Amino acid sequence: MPTVLELRDISKSFPGVLANDHVNIDLQEGEIHCLLGENGAGKTTLMNILYGLYKPDSGEINVRGKKAEIHGPNDAIARGIGMVHQHFMLVPVMTVTENVMLGVEEKRNGVFLDRAKVAKRIREISQLYGLEVDPDAYIKDLPVGTQQRVEIIKVLYRQADILILDEPTAVLTPQEVEGLFKVLRSLVEKGKSLIFITHKLKEVMALANRITVLRNGRTVGTVIPGDVNPEKLASMMVGRDVNLVVPKKKANPTESVLEVKDIYVEDERGQMTVRGVSFDVKMGEVLGIAGVQGNGQTQLVYALTGLLPLQSGEIRIVGETLKRGATPRHILERGVAHIPEDRQRHGLILTFPIHDNMMLCTYYQPPFARGIGLQEKVIMDNAETLTKQYDVRTPSIYVPASSLSGGNQQKVIVAREFSRPIKLLIASQPTRGLDVGSIEYIHSRIIEKRDEGVGALVVSSELDEILALSDRIAVMYRGQIVDIVPAAQASKEYIGLLMAGIRPEDALKSAPSVTGEAERVF
Amino acid sequence: MAVQSTSQHTAQRNRLTVGGILIVFGLLIFLLFTPGTEAGQVAKFGMNLKSSAALPIPDITLPVQASIYALSILVVFLGAFQMARGIRSAGALFGIVAFAFVAAFLIWATKGKSLSLIGMLSSSLVRATPIALAALCGVISERAAVVNIGIEGIMLISAQASVVAATMSGSMTLGLIVGVLVGALVAAFHAFLVIRFKVDQIVSGVAINIFATGATSFLSSKYLQHQGDLLNNSGTYPIIQIPLLSKIPVLGPILFENNLVVYLMLLIVIVMHIVLYYTPWGLRTRAVGEHPKAADTLGINVFFVRYVNVIVGGMIAGLGGVYFTLGSVGRFDEVMTAGKGFIGLAAMIFGNWNPIGAFTSSLIFGFADSLQIKMQILSVPIPSSILAMAPYIVTMIVLTGVVGRAIPPAADGVAYEKQ
Repeated sequence: MPTVLELRDISKSFPGVLANDHVNIDLQEGEIHCLLGENGAGKTTLMNILYGLYKPDSGEINVRGKKAEIHGPNDAIARGIGMVHQHFMLVPVMTVTENVMLGVEEKRNGVFLDRAKVAKRIREISQLYGLEVDPDAYIKDLPVGTQQRVEIIKVLYRQADILILDEPTAVLTPQEVEGLFKVLRSLVEKGKSLIFITHKLKEVMALANRITVLRNGRTVGTVIPGDVNPEKLASMMVGRDVNLVVPKKKANPTESVLEVKDIYVEDERGQMTVRGVSFDVKMGEVLGIAGVQGNGQTQLVYALTGLLPLQSGEIRIVGETLKRGATPRHILERGVAHIPEDRQRHGLILTFPIHDNMMLCTYYQPPFARGIGLQEKVIMDNAETLTKQYDVRTPSIYVPASSLSGGNQQKVIVAREFSRPIKLLIASQPTRGLDVGSIEYIHSRIIEKRDEGVGALVVSSELDEILALSDRIAVMYRGQIVDIVPAAQASKEYIGLLMAGIRPEDALKSAPSVTGEAERVF
Repeated sequence: MAVQSTSQHTAQRNRLTVGGILIVFGLLIFLLFTPGTEAGQVAKFGMNLKSSAALPIPDITLPVQASIYALSILVVFLGAFQMARGIRSAGALFGIVAFAFVAAFLIWATKGKSLSLIGMLSSSLVRATPIALAALCGVISERAAVVNIGIEGIMLISAQASVVAATMSGSMTLGLIVGVLVGALVAAFHAFLVIRFKVDQIVSGVAINIFATGATSFLSSKYLQHQGDLLNNSGTYPIIQIPLLSKIPVLGPILFENNLVVYLMLLIVIVMHIVLYYTPWGLRTRAVGEHPKAADTLGINVFFVRYVNVIVGGMIAGLGGVYFTLGSVGRFDEVMTAGKGFIGLAAMIFGNWNPIGAFTSSLIFGFADSLQIKMQILSVPIPSSILAMAPYIVTMIVLTGVVGRAIPPAADGVAYEKQ
């Protein structure tokens, strides 16, 4: 196999961080090369260098044996390098065709856009690689999985034969991930070479021909999947041994701490996105809500935490029925902790220093406040203690929350919420975008709270997370709970089918609901 | 289900409220415009711009009382229908009611007199011209995500520069070119500040407006007013009749008997529409306005696209400035743009950031402007200072009530950071 791409001794530093430190990687023709590493290990920086978005401080890039100067995306595209970005680079209000042609427009009469010609090429590409998509559809109307296909078509349309995929599975359902893997394998069969960036071990094991692990900006090593196992990869990534499945004892549920009866919730645009949901959470158990993003989970959590009003139905928290218009503060004061889905918008005030973020729920109460004054010393001491106790890695408690990494931001929220006396925990996508080490930490904390007798509601679109944490699993689809099963009896296939909208009775036919072995987490 | 009935309930309440408002409007038409009318009174609307039109069409004569009754009943009936059944298109409803109200007002104001309807529509287009040019400048800049609220100032500076250049050189064409280039220059300065130095776009725009008002007023009182004949007397563009087209009844005199600036404005509307939606440049512009990062990763130079669009926008606003002097009165007066640049921005929003929409909504403002002037001529018993507020009141109504749904380009007003 000839080598199509070589990155040699690439170094890149940002103010205060050495993002890449003499990184080496090579890509052979027709292989899937996985680039594995925690968040902040320098994977994306490296690929942005390759794609010409960053300029390396030193090192060189060879494409097909020739030294390549890549100063911008145009240079990369010209050398057949294409990138599928983690956050899609698609214009929502434009059609598939317009997005694909952007930058390399076909012209009629030398002036006008030739949409028909591009649409025809798109259809050819879709057929060749099994990437089904309607060229005339608007991006905003397409599901995430299809949007990703558009991104891949965009790259193929530019005749790239080296494809970089940056965390492509982060936003997909298990079924969509399977579909993506099929497409990727067909790309490789047709001679394309792929760099697949991820921090998910299971994907690497399923897909890679070779794996290069990055840690703290350095290459730890390049291995073949046959020679390693997930535990070994995880310890290469993190630099220590990691528990992939947080060990937990059998749950010991007692009385109900949250009862939800037939609730209906409208989202901000007036769509009824939660339609008749009922369930209960007992003290000492974790109820996981599985489901593809956008099936009403967000609005459900908003309703439970007082951020959206109920249209009808009833919520009882710690035995008290919520009145209409119960405020988030009223709910929090009943002993509810909330780890919100969007930590940057709802969990933290990014411009505030950590010490202020650490007391956002109770700032108005003693000991933080006395009369109209805040107690500065108490606040600082509290923050110092919590950062230590919850292992928040920060230069000091005085830096703004925005300067922390995602994992550490999440730890600030967890520290704040868990340090109050709580009875119910509502955690929405608690580990989204976090790396193995942080996930392990957050999971173990949630289980710890469960064992202390707290009832926990965990909403996640990561099926593995649901399976790892839950004692019971509810699946949400189009605003309704389609089934609630004890975790011990839930197979991944069964839950996955429910998430995709298959009815329980049909799902049972194609997948048993019970599996023997416990699923791996990542 | 319980919930469906709640949302049905809300829908029904909305329907009843809207219907009720319509009925009130219908009664308002009746109460406002029937007192003082007499049976047998007529209102005459002229349909020819000149008595010597090639194909004269008959003037419209309407019985005042009967027409106002009819319009009032129409609106009340619509309201009742809305209450009973519900009408889907809120836009159509709003349009019909607004039309009925304006028509009733016109008939009332013209009672026992005659009003040249064509003349009023024609002057609507002329008065819409600077508003439309300002709106088009806004569209082209904001489509590339640069907000330019300095349009008012750019027009003011260009108005002064063009009249001085034209007067001194004796060449109207040179005046026009100077006006357009000065517009480009001020816009380039704005672009430089907000793109290169990421100065807040509103702050920069406000600065341009303050500077423009101060500088032009100073120059005007210091020089232009003392040496008017040397500096501030350019003459105006003549009306050009387009052969054949201007002979079309009704449309001919409105569209095809205008001066150069009006024609250029119409041309820009069409060209901008084609460029934005049918050419690579337009596609890139819209991409840069919606998702600059996406454009960047495809090798499009975000900054270049923004510079070009803002500067072209400046040229269009410059032409708007030229309208005030060379295209209208032939001299510069202090603060003569009178907020037209801001009204243009309202027209841009109301027109949903596209050229044809912006032009159409400019016509509404132009109509309001032209209406108030005709009303003063007809000596309607309303103080002229109140009538003069019409265009601004329309702006406020449009901005508060109707625009709720307009969606700006996603990255509008946000400086692009290239890591």
